[in-house]
Amino acid sequence: MRVDLALIAGMVAPKTRVLDIGCSDGALIDHLFRNLGCDARGLEIDMATVTLAVAHGLPVMQGDADSDLASYPDGAFDYVVLSRTLQAVEKPREVLRQMLRIGTHAIVSFPNFGHWTLRLQMLFTGRMPMTKNWSRMWYETPNIHPCTIRDFFDLCAADGYIVEEWLAADEEGARAPWRRWPALANLFGEQGLFLLRKVKNGR
Amino acid sequence: MDQTTTRSETQHQSVTFAEGLMLDCGRHLGSLTIAYRTYGKLNAAKSNAILICHALTGDQYVAEANPETGKPGWWEQVVGPGRPVDTEKFFVICTNVLGGCMGTTGPRSRHDEHAGQPWGTDFPPVTINDMVRAQKRFIDHLEIGRLFAVVGGSMGGMQVLAWAALYPGQVFAAVPVAAAAYHSAQNIAFHEIGRQAIAADPDFWGGRYWEHGVTPARGLAVARMTAHITYVSEAALTRKFGRKLQDTARISALGDRFEVESYLQYQGSSFVRRFDANSYLTITRAMDLFDLSADYGGVLPSAFAGTKTRFLLVSFDSDWLFPTEQSRAIARALNHVAANVSFVEIKSDKGHDAFLLDEPDFHRTLRGFLAGCAEHAGLS
Repeated sequence: MRVDLALIAGMVAPKTRVLDIGCSDGALIDHLFRNLGCDARGLEIDMATVTLAVAHGLPVMQGDADSDLASYPDGAFDYVVLSRTLQAVEKPREVLRQMLRIGTHAIVSFPNFGHWTLRLQMLFTGRMPMTKNWSRMWYETPNIHPCTIRDFFDLCAADGYIVEEWLAADEEGARAPWRRWPALANLFGEQGLFLLRKVKNGR
Repeated sequence: MDQTTTRSETQHQSVTFAEGLMLDCGRHLGSLTIAYRTYGKLNAAKSNAILICHALTGDQYVAEANPETGKPGWWEQVVGPGRPVDTEKFFVICTNVLGGCMGTTGPRSRHDEHAGQPWGTDFPPVTINDMVRAQKRFIDHLEIGRLFAVVGGSMGGMQVLAWAALYPGQVFAAVPVAAAAYHSAQNIAFHEIGRQAIAADPDFWGGRYWEHGVTPARGLAVARMTAHITYVSEAALTRKFGRKLQDTARISALGDRFEVESYLQYQGSSFVRRFDANSYLTITRAMDLFDLSADYGGVLPSAFAGTKTRFLLVSFDSDWLFPTEQSRAIARALNHVAANVSFVEIKSDKGHDAFLLDEPDFHRTLRGFLAGCAEHAGLS
Protein backbone atom coordinates (compact mmCIF):
# COMPACT_ATOMS: atom_id res chain seq x y z
CA MET A 1 0.00 0.00 0.00
CA ARG A 2 1.13 3.56 -0.72
CA VAL A 3 2.84 5.19 2.25
CA ASP A 4 0.34 8.07 2.32
CA LEU A 5 -2.52 5.55 2.48
CA ALA A 6 -0.80 3.91 5.46
CA LEU A 7 -0.74 7.32 7.17
CA ILE A 8 -4.47 7.69 6.51
CA ALA A 9 -5.17 4.17 7.78
CA GLY A 10 -3.35 5.18 10.96
CA MET A 11 -6.02 7.83 11.60
CA VAL A 12 -8.93 5.38 11.31
CA ALA A 13 -10.27 3.59 14.39
CA PRO A 14 -10.97 -0.16 14.02
CA LYS A 15 -14.47 -1.47 13.22
CA THR A 16 -15.76 1.85 11.93
CA ARG A 17 -17.70 2.81 8.80
CA VAL A 18 -15.51 4.42 6.16
CA LEU A 19 -16.17 5.94 2.74
CA ASP A 20 -13.10 6.48 0.57
CA ILE A 21 -13.78 9.05 -2.15
CA GLY A 22 -11.51 8.66 -5.14
CA CYS A 23 -10.57 5.21 -3.86
CA SER A 24 -8.77 4.18 -7.08
CA ASP A 25 -8.13 0.40 -7.01
CA GLY A 26 -9.47 0.21 -3.45
CA ALA A 27 -6.16 -0.58 -1.70
CA LEU A 28 -7.14 1.49 1.35
CA ILE A 29 -10.62 0.04 1.79
CA ASP A 30 -9.24 -3.46 1.32
CA HIS A 31 -6.67 -2.76 4.06
CA LEU A 32 -9.28 -1.23 6.37
CA PHE A 33 -11.58 -4.24 5.97
CA ARG A 34 -8.91 -6.91 6.32
CA ASN A 35 -6.79 -5.44 9.09
CA LEU A 36 -9.13 -3.16 11.01
CA GLY A 37 -12.47 -4.87 10.45
CA CYS A 38 -13.97 -1.69 9.03
CA ASP A 39 -17.09 -1.50 6.87
CA ALA A 40 -15.17 0.36 4.16
CA ARG A 41 -16.60 1.38 0.81
CA GLY A 42 -15.28 3.32 -2.14
CA LEU A 43 -16.39 5.92 -4.63
CA GLU A 44 -14.32 6.30 -7.79
CA ILE A 45 -14.87 8.37 -10.91
CA ASP A 46 -12.93 6.25 -13.41
CA MET A 47 -15.09 3.38 -14.65
CA ALA A 48 -12.23 1.06 -15.64
CA THR A 49 -10.74 1.43 -12.16
CA VAL A 50 -14.13 0.77 -10.55
CA THR A 51 -14.51 -2.41 -12.59
CA LEU A 52 -11.10 -3.61 -11.41
CA ALA A 53 -11.91 -2.87 -7.78
CA VAL A 54 -15.30 -4.60 -7.86
CA ALA A 55 -13.73 -7.56 -9.67
CA HIS A 56 -11.46 -7.82 -6.62
CA GLY A 57 -14.53 -8.12 -4.45
CA LEU A 58 -14.43 -4.58 -3.08
CA PRO A 59 -17.60 -2.53 -2.59
CA VAL A 60 -16.91 0.37 -4.94
CA MET A 61 -19.36 2.43 -6.92
CA GLN A 62 -18.73 4.70 -9.85
CA GLY A 63 -19.47 8.26 -8.91
CA ASP A 64 -18.25 11.76 -8.55
CA ALA A 65 -17.30 13.63 -5.37
CA ASP A 66 -18.98 16.76 -6.70
CA SER A 67 -22.38 15.23 -7.46
CA ASP A 68 -22.78 11.94 -5.57
CA LEU A 69 -22.15 12.82 -1.92
CA ALA A 70 -25.47 14.63 -1.66
CA SER A 71 -27.36 11.31 -1.87
CA TYR A 72 -25.88 9.90 1.37
CA PRO A 73 -27.70 10.48 4.66
CA ASP A 74 -26.25 12.55 7.54
CA GLY A 75 -23.75 10.69 9.68
CA ALA A 76 -23.69 7.57 7.50
CA PHE A 77 -19.96 7.09 8.11
CA ASP A 78 -17.44 7.52 10.89
CA TYR A 79 -14.76 8.61 8.42
CA VAL A 80 -14.97 10.03 4.94
CA VAL A 81 -11.60 9.98 3.17
CA LEU A 82 -10.51 12.14 0.25
CA SER A 83 -6.91 11.49 -0.64
CA ARG A 84 -5.06 13.59 -3.25
CA THR A 85 -8.35 14.56 -4.83
CA LEU A 86 -9.49 17.80 -3.16
CA GLN A 87 -7.50 19.91 -5.62
CA ALA A 88 -9.22 18.20 -8.57
CA VAL A 89 -12.87 18.59 -7.59
CA GLU A 90 -15.08 21.33 -8.94
CA LYS A 91 -16.26 22.69 -5.58
CA PRO A 92 -13.75 21.78 -2.85
CA ARG A 93 -15.54 23.74 -0.13
CA GLU A 94 -18.88 22.05 -0.88
CA VAL A 95 -17.25 18.62 -1.09
CA LEU A 96 -15.67 19.20 2.33
CA ARG A 97 -19.03 20.34 3.72
CA GLN A 98 -20.71 17.18 2.37
CA MET A 99 -17.92 15.00 3.78
CA LEU A 100 -18.50 16.39 7.26
CA ARG A 101 -22.26 16.08 6.84
CA ILE A 102 -22.24 12.39 5.89
CA GLY A 103 -19.28 11.53 8.14
CA THR A 104 -18.32 12.31 11.71
CA HIS A 105 -14.72 12.77 10.59
CA ALA A 106 -13.11 13.80 7.33
CA ILE A 107 -9.62 12.75 6.35
CA VAL A 108 -8.20 14.92 3.59
CA SER A 109 -4.85 14.85 1.87
CA PHE A 110 -3.69 17.18 -0.90
CA PRO A 111 -0.48 18.23 -2.59
CA ASN A 112 0.81 21.43 -0.96
CA PHE A 113 1.08 24.27 -3.46
CA GLY A 114 3.08 26.24 -0.88
CA HIS A 115 6.14 23.97 -1.12
CA TRP A 116 9.39 25.91 -1.52
CA THR A 117 10.24 24.38 -4.91
CA LEU A 118 6.97 25.66 -6.33
CA ARG A 119 7.50 29.09 -4.78
CA LEU A 120 11.02 29.30 -6.22
CA GLN A 121 9.95 28.17 -9.67
CA MET A 122 7.23 30.82 -9.75
CA LEU A 123 9.65 33.45 -8.52
CA PHE A 124 12.46 32.67 -10.94
CA THR A 125 10.66 31.49 -14.10
CA GLY A 126 7.45 33.50 -13.82
CA ARG A 127 5.59 30.40 -15.06
CA MET A 128 3.26 27.82 -13.50
CA PRO A 129 5.53 25.42 -11.62
CA MET A 130 6.14 21.88 -12.84
CA THR A 131 7.16 19.16 -10.36
CA LYS A 132 6.50 15.47 -9.85
CA ASN A 133 3.25 16.31 -8.04
CA TRP A 134 2.37 19.12 -10.42
CA SER A 135 3.41 17.53 -13.68
CA ARG A 136 0.80 18.67 -16.20
CA MET A 137 0.59 21.95 -18.08
CA TRP A 138 -1.87 24.48 -16.68
CA TYR A 139 -4.24 23.94 -19.61
CA GLU A 140 -4.55 20.21 -19.12
CA THR A 141 -4.05 19.64 -15.42
CA PRO A 142 -6.98 18.07 -13.56
CA ASN A 143 -5.76 19.96 -10.47
CA ILE A 144 -7.99 22.98 -10.89
CA HIS A 145 -8.06 24.04 -7.23
CA PRO A 146 -4.54 23.96 -5.83
CA CYS A 147 -4.09 25.22 -2.28
CA THR A 148 -1.43 25.46 0.38
CA ILE A 149 -1.41 23.93 3.84
CA ARG A 150 -1.95 27.41 5.22
CA ASP A 151 -4.92 28.01 2.91
CA PHE A 152 -6.44 24.79 4.13
CA PHE A 153 -6.06 25.77 7.79
CA ASP A 154 -7.86 29.01 6.93
CA LEU A 155 -10.75 27.20 5.23
CA CYS A 156 -11.15 24.89 8.24
CA ALA A 157 -11.26 27.90 10.54
CA ALA A 158 -13.74 29.75 8.32
CA ASP A 159 -16.11 26.78 8.08
CA GLY A 160 -15.79 25.74 11.70
CA TYR A 161 -13.94 22.46 11.32
CA ILE A 162 -11.73 21.27 14.13
CA VAL A 163 -8.34 19.97 13.03
CA GLU A 164 -7.95 16.92 15.27
CA GLU A 165 -4.70 15.87 13.68
CA TRP A 166 -2.55 17.10 10.85
CA LEU A 167 0.81 16.39 9.35
CA ALA A 168 2.95 17.18 6.38
CA ALA A 169 4.45 14.42 4.28
CA ASP A 170 7.01 14.19 1.52
CA GLU A 171 6.22 13.12 -2.00
CA GLU A 172 6.26 9.38 -1.25
CA GLY A 173 4.02 10.01 1.73
CA ALA A 174 6.55 9.56 4.50
CA ARG A 175 5.82 11.73 7.50
CA ALA A 176 7.86 14.95 7.54
CA PRO A 177 8.99 16.49 10.86
CA TRP A 178 7.08 19.77 10.60
CA ARG A 179 4.18 18.89 12.87
CA ARG A 180 4.53 21.71 15.31
CA TRP A 181 5.29 24.48 12.85
CA PRO A 182 2.62 25.04 10.20
CA ALA A 183 4.69 27.73 8.48
CA LEU A 184 7.61 25.31 8.03
CA ALA A 185 5.26 22.53 7.00
CA ASN A 186 3.81 24.84 4.39
CA LEU A 187 7.30 25.49 3.05
CA PHE A 188 8.77 22.00 3.24
CA GLY A 189 5.81 19.60 3.21
CA GLU A 190 4.91 18.21 -0.19
CA GLN A 191 1.54 16.94 0.99
CA GLY A 192 -0.82 17.97 3.75
CA LEU A 193 -2.88 15.37 5.61
CA PHE A 194 -5.72 16.44 7.91
CA LEU A 195 -8.17 14.72 10.23
CA LEU A 196 -11.18 17.00 10.75
CA ARG A 197 -14.46 17.02 12.59
CA LYS A 198 -17.27 19.51 12.93
CA VAL A 199 -17.58 21.64 16.05
CA LYS A 200 -21.15 20.81 16.90
CA ASN A 201 -20.62 17.08 16.41
CA GLY A 202 -17.65 17.15 18.77
CA ARG A 203 -17.17 14.33 21.18
CA MET B 1 -45.44 -33.01 -4.41
CA ASP B 2 -42.44 -32.98 -6.71
CA GLN B 3 -43.41 -34.23 -10.09
CA THR B 4 -42.82 -33.91 -13.75
CA THR B 5 -45.77 -32.36 -15.52
CA THR B 6 -46.54 -32.62 -19.17
CA ARG B 7 -47.27 -29.24 -20.67
CA SER B 8 -47.44 -28.99 -24.44
CA GLU B 9 -44.86 -31.46 -25.77
CA THR B 10 -42.11 -30.98 -23.22
CA GLN B 11 -41.82 -32.24 -19.68
CA HIS B 12 -40.55 -29.76 -17.12
CA GLN B 13 -39.37 -30.50 -13.60
CA SER B 14 -41.85 -28.82 -11.28
CA VAL B 15 -43.53 -28.71 -7.90
CA THR B 16 -47.16 -27.82 -7.20
CA PHE B 17 -48.41 -25.93 -4.16
CA ALA B 18 -52.02 -26.80 -3.48
CA GLU B 19 -52.64 -23.66 -1.45
CA GLY B 20 -52.14 -21.54 -4.58
CA LEU B 21 -51.07 -17.92 -4.42
CA MET B 22 -52.72 -14.63 -3.49
CA LEU B 23 -52.03 -12.06 -6.20
CA ASP B 24 -51.56 -8.27 -6.04
CA CYS B 25 -54.75 -7.85 -8.09
CA GLY B 26 -56.71 -9.37 -5.22
CA ARG B 27 -57.46 -12.66 -6.95
CA HIS B 28 -56.33 -16.01 -5.68
CA LEU B 29 -54.72 -18.62 -7.89
CA GLY B 30 -56.18 -21.95 -6.83
CA SER B 31 -53.02 -23.86 -7.51
CA LEU B 32 -49.43 -22.81 -8.07
CA THR B 33 -46.97 -24.87 -10.07
CA ILE B 34 -43.34 -23.79 -10.21
CA ALA B 35 -41.13 -25.26 -12.93
CA TYR B 36 -37.47 -25.10 -11.99
CA ARG B 37 -33.94 -26.29 -12.60
CA THR B 38 -31.09 -26.46 -10.11
CA TYR B 39 -27.35 -26.80 -10.59
CA GLY B 40 -24.59 -27.63 -8.12
CA LYS B 41 -24.97 -28.81 -4.52
CA LEU B 42 -26.68 -27.14 -1.62
CA ASN B 43 -24.27 -27.17 1.33
CA ALA B 44 -25.24 -28.53 4.75
CA ALA B 45 -25.88 -25.04 6.14
CA LYS B 46 -28.01 -24.23 3.07
CA SER B 47 -26.07 -20.99 2.80
CA ASN B 48 -24.72 -21.19 -0.75
CA ALA B 49 -27.91 -20.84 -2.80
CA ILE B 50 -28.09 -18.38 -5.66
CA LEU B 51 -31.40 -17.66 -7.33
CA ILE B 52 -31.20 -16.61 -10.97
CA CYS B 53 -34.17 -14.59 -12.24
CA HIS B 54 -34.83 -14.76 -15.96
CA ALA B 55 -35.90 -12.01 -18.32
CA LEU B 56 -39.15 -11.55 -20.30
CA THR B 57 -38.70 -14.45 -22.72
CA GLY B 58 -36.18 -16.45 -20.70
CA ASP B 59 -36.80 -19.68 -18.84
CA GLN B 60 -35.44 -21.97 -16.15
CA TYR B 61 -32.91 -23.60 -18.49
CA VAL B 62 -30.18 -21.17 -17.53
CA ALA B 63 -27.16 -23.45 -17.79
CA GLU B 64 -28.17 -26.38 -19.97
CA ALA B 65 -29.72 -26.96 -23.36
CA ASN B 66 -33.32 -25.86 -23.64
CA PRO B 67 -35.37 -29.06 -24.22
CA GLU B 68 -37.78 -27.29 -26.57
CA THR B 69 -35.30 -25.52 -28.82
CA GLY B 70 -32.17 -27.61 -28.26
CA LYS B 71 -30.25 -24.34 -27.95
CA PRO B 72 -27.67 -23.80 -25.17
CA GLY B 73 -28.87 -22.40 -21.84
CA TRP B 74 -29.46 -18.65 -22.03
CA TRP B 75 -26.76 -17.80 -19.47
CA GLU B 76 -24.25 -20.62 -19.94
CA GLN B 77 -21.44 -18.07 -20.13
CA VAL B 78 -22.34 -16.81 -16.66
CA VAL B 79 -23.66 -19.89 -14.84
CA GLY B 80 -21.85 -23.23 -14.76
CA PRO B 81 -18.75 -25.00 -13.46
CA GLY B 82 -15.92 -22.46 -13.24
CA ARG B 83 -18.19 -19.69 -14.52
CA PRO B 84 -18.73 -16.37 -12.68
CA VAL B 85 -21.72 -17.97 -10.93
CA ASP B 86 -19.75 -21.11 -10.23
CA THR B 87 -21.93 -24.18 -9.82
CA GLU B 88 -18.99 -25.95 -8.17
CA LYS B 89 -19.28 -23.49 -5.27
CA PHE B 90 -22.89 -22.40 -5.36
CA PHE B 91 -26.24 -24.12 -5.53
CA VAL B 92 -27.98 -22.34 -8.39
CA ILE B 93 -31.75 -22.24 -8.72
CA CYS B 94 -33.77 -20.89 -11.62
CA THR B 95 -37.55 -21.00 -11.86
CA ASN B 96 -39.82 -20.18 -14.75
CA VAL B 97 -41.70 -16.99 -13.82
CA LEU B 98 -45.33 -16.87 -12.83
CA GLY B 99 -47.29 -16.23 -16.03
CA GLY B 100 -44.66 -18.02 -18.11
CA CYS B 101 -45.13 -20.88 -20.56
CA MET B 102 -42.36 -23.29 -19.58
CA GLY B 103 -44.16 -25.22 -16.88
CA THR B 104 -44.91 -22.61 -14.21
CA THR B 105 -48.53 -21.58 -13.75
CA GLY B 106 -49.50 -19.21 -16.55
CA PRO B 107 -52.11 -18.56 -19.22
CA ARG B 108 -51.48 -22.01 -20.75
CA SER B 109 -52.10 -23.79 -17.42
CA ARG B 110 -55.36 -25.43 -16.44
CA HIS B 111 -58.11 -22.96 -15.59
CA ASP B 112 -59.16 -22.92 -11.92
CA GLU B 113 -62.87 -22.87 -12.71
CA HIS B 114 -63.30 -24.31 -16.20
CA ALA B 115 -62.20 -27.92 -16.22
CA GLY B 116 -60.29 -28.99 -19.26
CA GLN B 117 -59.70 -25.40 -20.39
CA PRO B 118 -56.52 -23.36 -20.20
CA TRP B 119 -56.57 -19.96 -18.51
CA GLY B 120 -55.86 -18.06 -21.70
CA THR B 121 -56.87 -14.43 -21.44
CA ASP B 122 -58.73 -15.20 -18.18
CA PHE B 123 -55.37 -15.52 -16.45
CA PRO B 124 -55.25 -12.81 -13.80
CA PRO B 125 -52.83 -9.93 -14.29
CA VAL B 126 -49.65 -10.62 -12.35
CA THR B 127 -46.94 -8.30 -11.09
CA ILE B 128 -43.20 -8.61 -10.60
CA ASN B 129 -43.94 -8.87 -6.87
CA ASP B 130 -46.29 -11.79 -7.57
CA MET B 131 -43.51 -13.51 -9.51
CA VAL B 132 -41.18 -13.01 -6.56
CA ARG B 133 -43.72 -14.28 -4.02
CA ALA B 134 -44.13 -17.40 -6.15
CA GLN B 135 -40.35 -17.87 -6.17
CA LYS B 136 -40.29 -17.28 -2.41
CA ARG B 137 -42.82 -20.08 -1.95
CA PHE B 138 -40.47 -22.37 -3.85
CA ILE B 139 -37.39 -21.26 -1.86
CA ASP B 140 -39.34 -21.93 1.37
CA HIS B 141 -40.18 -25.37 -0.01
CA LEU B 142 -36.44 -26.01 -0.36
CA GLU B 143 -36.09 -24.87 3.28
CA ILE B 144 -33.52 -22.26 2.36
CA GLY B 145 -33.74 -19.53 4.99
CA ARG B 146 -31.49 -17.03 3.28
CA LEU B 147 -30.39 -16.84 -0.34
CA PHE B 148 -26.71 -16.06 -0.69
CA ALA B 149 -27.52 -14.07 -3.81
CA VAL B 150 -30.29 -13.18 -6.22
CA VAL B 151 -29.05 -12.35 -9.70
CA GLY B 152 -30.89 -11.33 -12.84
CA GLY B 153 -30.88 -9.08 -15.88
CA SER B 154 -33.59 -6.89 -17.38
CA MET B 155 -36.94 -8.16 -16.01
CA GLY B 156 -34.81 -10.55 -13.95
CA GLY B 157 -33.18 -7.43 -12.45
CA MET B 158 -36.62 -6.09 -11.56
CA GLN B 159 -37.26 -9.33 -9.68
CA VAL B 160 -33.92 -8.97 -7.89
CA LEU B 161 -34.94 -5.48 -6.73
CA ALA B 162 -38.33 -6.77 -5.62
CA TRP B 163 -36.64 -9.60 -3.69
CA ALA B 164 -34.37 -7.10 -1.93
CA ALA B 165 -37.34 -4.89 -1.07
CA LEU B 166 -39.80 -7.63 -0.01
CA TYR B 167 -37.41 -9.99 1.77
CA PRO B 168 -34.35 -7.94 2.81
CA GLY B 169 -33.38 -10.37 5.56
CA GLN B 170 -33.35 -13.30 3.17
CA VAL B 171 -31.10 -11.86 0.48
CA PHE B 172 -27.42 -11.54 1.37
CA ALA B 173 -26.39 -10.12 -1.99
CA ALA B 174 -28.42 -8.71 -4.87
CA VAL B 175 -27.26 -8.22 -8.45
CA PRO B 176 -29.72 -6.38 -10.70
CA VAL B 177 -28.14 -6.20 -14.17
CA ALA B 178 -29.33 -3.83 -16.91
CA ALA B 179 -32.39 -3.13 -14.80
CA ALA B 180 -34.55 -0.26 -13.62
CA ALA B 181 -36.73 0.58 -10.64
CA TYR B 182 -39.66 1.25 -12.98
CA HIS B 183 -40.60 0.63 -16.58
CA SER B 184 -40.29 3.86 -18.54
CA ALA B 185 -42.93 5.34 -20.86
CA GLN B 186 -40.72 4.46 -23.82
CA ASN B 187 -40.44 0.83 -22.69
CA ILE B 188 -44.22 0.60 -22.16
CA ALA B 189 -44.74 2.10 -25.62
CA PHE B 190 -42.63 -0.59 -27.29
CA HIS B 191 -44.46 -3.30 -25.37
CA GLU B 192 -47.78 -1.86 -26.47
CA ILE B 193 -46.77 -2.14 -30.14
CA GLY B 194 -46.08 -5.81 -29.55
CA ARG B 195 -49.38 -6.38 -27.79
CA GLN B 196 -51.30 -4.58 -30.54
CA ALA B 197 -49.56 -6.68 -33.18
CA ILE B 198 -50.67 -9.86 -31.37
CA ALA B 199 -54.24 -8.58 -30.93
CA ALA B 200 -54.42 -7.61 -34.61
CA ASP B 201 -53.49 -11.09 -35.81
CA PRO B 202 -56.66 -12.79 -37.19
CA ASP B 203 -55.43 -16.00 -35.56
CA PHE B 204 -55.59 -14.38 -32.10
CA TRP B 205 -59.35 -15.02 -31.74
CA GLY B 206 -59.63 -12.69 -28.78
CA GLY B 207 -56.97 -14.69 -26.97
CA ARG B 208 -58.83 -18.05 -27.36
CA TYR B 209 -56.70 -19.21 -30.27
CA TRP B 210 -56.31 -22.75 -28.90
CA GLU B 211 -60.02 -23.33 -29.56
CA HIS B 212 -59.26 -22.88 -33.25
CA GLY B 213 -56.10 -24.93 -33.28
CA VAL B 214 -53.93 -21.97 -34.26
CA THR B 215 -51.53 -19.46 -32.67
CA PRO B 216 -51.22 -15.76 -33.52
CA ALA B 217 -47.79 -16.48 -34.91
CA ARG B 218 -47.52 -13.45 -37.19
CA GLY B 219 -48.53 -11.00 -34.47
CA LEU B 220 -46.24 -12.61 -31.92
CA ALA B 221 -43.39 -12.57 -34.44
CA VAL B 222 -43.88 -8.84 -35.09
CA ALA B 223 -43.95 -8.27 -31.30
CA ARG B 224 -40.65 -10.13 -31.00
CA MET B 225 -39.11 -8.28 -33.94
CA THR B 226 -40.02 -4.89 -32.47
CA ALA B 227 -38.74 -5.90 -29.05
CA HIS B 228 -35.55 -7.30 -30.55
CA ILE B 229 -34.66 -3.91 -32.04
CA THR B 230 -34.85 -2.43 -28.54
CA TYR B 231 -32.45 -5.09 -27.24
CA VAL B 232 -29.62 -4.14 -29.57
CA SER B 233 -27.81 -0.91 -30.25
CA GLU B 234 -27.67 0.94 -33.53
CA ALA B 235 -23.91 0.33 -33.56
CA ALA B 236 -24.36 -3.43 -33.15
CA LEU B 237 -26.91 -3.62 -35.97
CA THR B 238 -24.61 -1.59 -38.21
CA ARG B 239 -21.62 -3.76 -37.33
CA LYS B 240 -23.52 -6.97 -37.99
CA PHE B 241 -25.54 -6.03 -41.06
CA GLY B 242 -24.87 -2.49 -42.25
CA ARG B 243 -26.76 -2.13 -45.53
CA LYS B 244 -25.81 -5.58 -46.74
CA LEU B 245 -28.31 -7.31 -49.00
CA GLN B 246 -29.46 -10.85 -48.44
CA ASP B 247 -28.57 -12.08 -51.91
CA THR B 248 -25.90 -9.96 -53.55
CA ALA B 249 -26.17 -11.86 -56.83
CA ARG B 250 -29.41 -10.11 -57.61
CA ILE B 251 -29.33 -6.70 -59.14
CA SER B 252 -32.94 -5.58 -58.93
CA ALA B 253 -33.28 -3.44 -55.82
CA LEU B 254 -36.99 -4.19 -55.60
CA GLY B 255 -36.57 -7.92 -55.21
CA ASP B 256 -33.72 -7.66 -52.75
CA ARG B 257 -33.93 -7.88 -49.04
CA PHE B 258 -31.60 -6.38 -46.51
CA GLU B 259 -29.83 -8.87 -44.27
CA VAL B 260 -31.21 -7.12 -41.20
CA GLU B 261 -34.74 -7.87 -42.42
CA SER B 262 -34.22 -11.59 -42.72
CA TYR B 263 -32.37 -11.59 -39.40
CA LEU B 264 -35.37 -9.99 -37.69
CA GLN B 265 -37.76 -12.38 -39.40
CA TYR B 266 -35.68 -15.30 -38.20
CA GLN B 267 -35.78 -13.87 -34.66
CA GLY B 268 -39.55 -13.59 -34.93
CA SER B 269 -40.25 -17.01 -36.40
CA SER B 270 -37.97 -18.93 -34.04
CA PHE B 271 -39.60 -17.15 -31.10
CA VAL B 272 -43.20 -18.11 -31.92
CA ARG B 273 -42.27 -21.78 -31.86
CA ARG B 274 -41.28 -21.58 -28.22
CA PHE B 275 -43.45 -18.87 -26.69
CA ASP B 276 -47.13 -18.52 -25.89
CA ALA B 277 -48.81 -15.28 -27.00
CA ASN B 278 -50.95 -14.95 -23.87
CA SER B 279 -47.85 -15.42 -21.71
CA TYR B 280 -46.20 -12.65 -23.68
CA LEU B 281 -49.16 -10.37 -23.00
CA THR B 282 -49.19 -11.28 -19.29
CA ILE B 283 -45.47 -10.84 -18.71
CA THR B 284 -45.05 -7.61 -20.71
CA ARG B 285 -47.93 -6.18 -18.66
CA ALA B 286 -46.21 -7.23 -15.43
CA MET B 287 -43.06 -5.40 -16.53
CA ASP B 288 -45.06 -2.30 -17.47
CA LEU B 289 -46.73 -2.28 -14.04
CA PHE B 290 -43.38 -2.40 -12.25
CA ASP B 291 -42.62 0.73 -10.27
CA LEU B 292 -40.80 -0.18 -7.09
CA SER B 293 -41.10 3.23 -5.45
CA ALA B 294 -44.89 3.28 -5.96
CA ASP B 295 -45.23 0.72 -3.16
CA TYR B 296 -43.25 3.04 -0.87
CA GLY B 297 -45.02 6.36 -1.28
CA GLY B 298 -43.03 7.25 -4.37
CA VAL B 299 -39.79 7.31 -2.39
CA LEU B 300 -37.41 4.74 -3.84
CA PRO B 301 -34.93 4.75 -0.91
CA SER B 302 -37.79 3.68 1.39
CA ALA B 303 -37.93 0.38 -0.52
CA PHE B 304 -34.47 -0.37 0.89
CA ALA B 305 -34.65 1.29 4.33
CA GLY B 306 -32.33 -0.44 6.78
CA THR B 307 -31.20 -3.03 4.24
CA LYS B 308 -28.12 -5.10 5.03
CA THR B 309 -28.05 -6.63 1.56
CA ARG B 310 -24.90 -6.04 -0.50
CA PHE B 311 -25.76 -4.75 -3.96
CA LEU B 312 -23.98 -4.84 -7.29
CA LEU B 313 -25.59 -2.76 -10.01
CA VAL B 314 -24.39 -3.27 -13.56
CA SER B 315 -25.39 -1.32 -16.65
CA PHE B 316 -24.08 -1.23 -20.22
CA ASP B 317 -23.24 2.07 -21.87
CA SER B 318 -25.01 1.28 -25.18
CA ASP B 319 -28.21 0.00 -23.51
CA TRP B 320 -30.95 2.46 -24.40
CA LEU B 321 -33.80 0.30 -23.10
CA PHE B 322 -32.51 0.20 -19.50
CA PRO B 323 -29.96 3.01 -19.64
CA THR B 324 -27.22 3.58 -17.09
CA GLU B 325 -29.09 6.50 -15.56
CA GLN B 326 -31.72 4.03 -14.34
CA SER B 327 -29.09 1.97 -12.54
CA ARG B 328 -27.45 5.11 -11.19
CA ALA B 329 -30.81 6.24 -9.79
CA ILE B 330 -31.05 2.92 -7.93
CA ALA B 331 -27.46 3.31 -6.69
CA ARG B 332 -28.25 6.77 -5.36
CA ALA B 333 -31.42 5.52 -3.69
CA LEU B 334 -29.29 2.86 -2.01
CA ASN B 335 -26.80 5.53 -0.94
CA HIS B 336 -29.70 7.37 0.69
CA VAL B 337 -30.07 4.49 3.11
CA ALA B 338 -26.29 3.99 3.40
CA ALA B 339 -26.55 0.56 1.79
CA ASN B 340 -23.51 -1.37 0.67
CA VAL B 341 -23.53 -0.82 -3.08
CA SER B 342 -21.13 -1.44 -5.93
CA PHE B 343 -22.00 0.07 -9.28
CA VAL B 344 -20.32 -0.27 -12.65
CA GLU B 345 -21.22 0.65 -16.18
CA ILE B 346 -19.66 -1.78 -18.63
CA LYS B 347 -18.43 -0.51 -21.97
CA SER B 348 -20.09 -2.48 -24.76
CA ASP B 349 -21.66 -1.64 -28.10
CA LYS B 350 -24.14 -4.53 -27.87
CA GLY B 351 -27.03 -2.68 -26.24
CA HIS B 352 -29.39 -4.21 -23.71
CA ASP B 353 -28.60 -7.75 -24.89
CA ALA B 354 -25.01 -7.28 -23.67
CA PHE B 355 -25.96 -8.87 -20.33
CA LEU B 356 -26.58 -12.16 -22.17
CA LEU B 357 -23.45 -12.02 -24.32
CA ASP B 358 -19.72 -12.46 -23.96
CA GLU B 359 -18.73 -9.41 -21.92
CA PRO B 360 -15.52 -10.28 -20.03
CA ASP B 361 -15.57 -7.10 -17.90
CA PHE B 362 -19.08 -7.87 -16.73
CA HIS B 363 -18.21 -11.48 -16.00
CA ARG B 364 -15.06 -10.49 -14.07
CA THR B 365 -17.04 -7.96 -12.07
CA LEU B 366 -19.78 -10.43 -11.18
CA ARG B 367 -17.29 -13.15 -10.25
CA GLY B 368 -15.28 -10.78 -8.03
CA PHE B 369 -18.36 -9.35 -6.37
CA LEU B 370 -19.69 -12.81 -5.51
CA ALA B 371 -16.25 -13.87 -4.22
CA GLY B 372 -16.08 -10.76 -2.01
CA CYS B 373 -19.61 -11.41 -0.72
CA ALA B 374 -18.80 -15.08 -0.09
CA GLU B 375 -15.95 -13.92 2.13
CA HIS B 376 -18.23 -11.58 4.07
CA ALA B 377 -20.88 -14.29 4.35
CA GLY B 378 -18.32 -16.73 5.72
CA LEU B 379 -18.59 -19.12 2.77
CA SER B 380 -15.23 -20.69 2.04
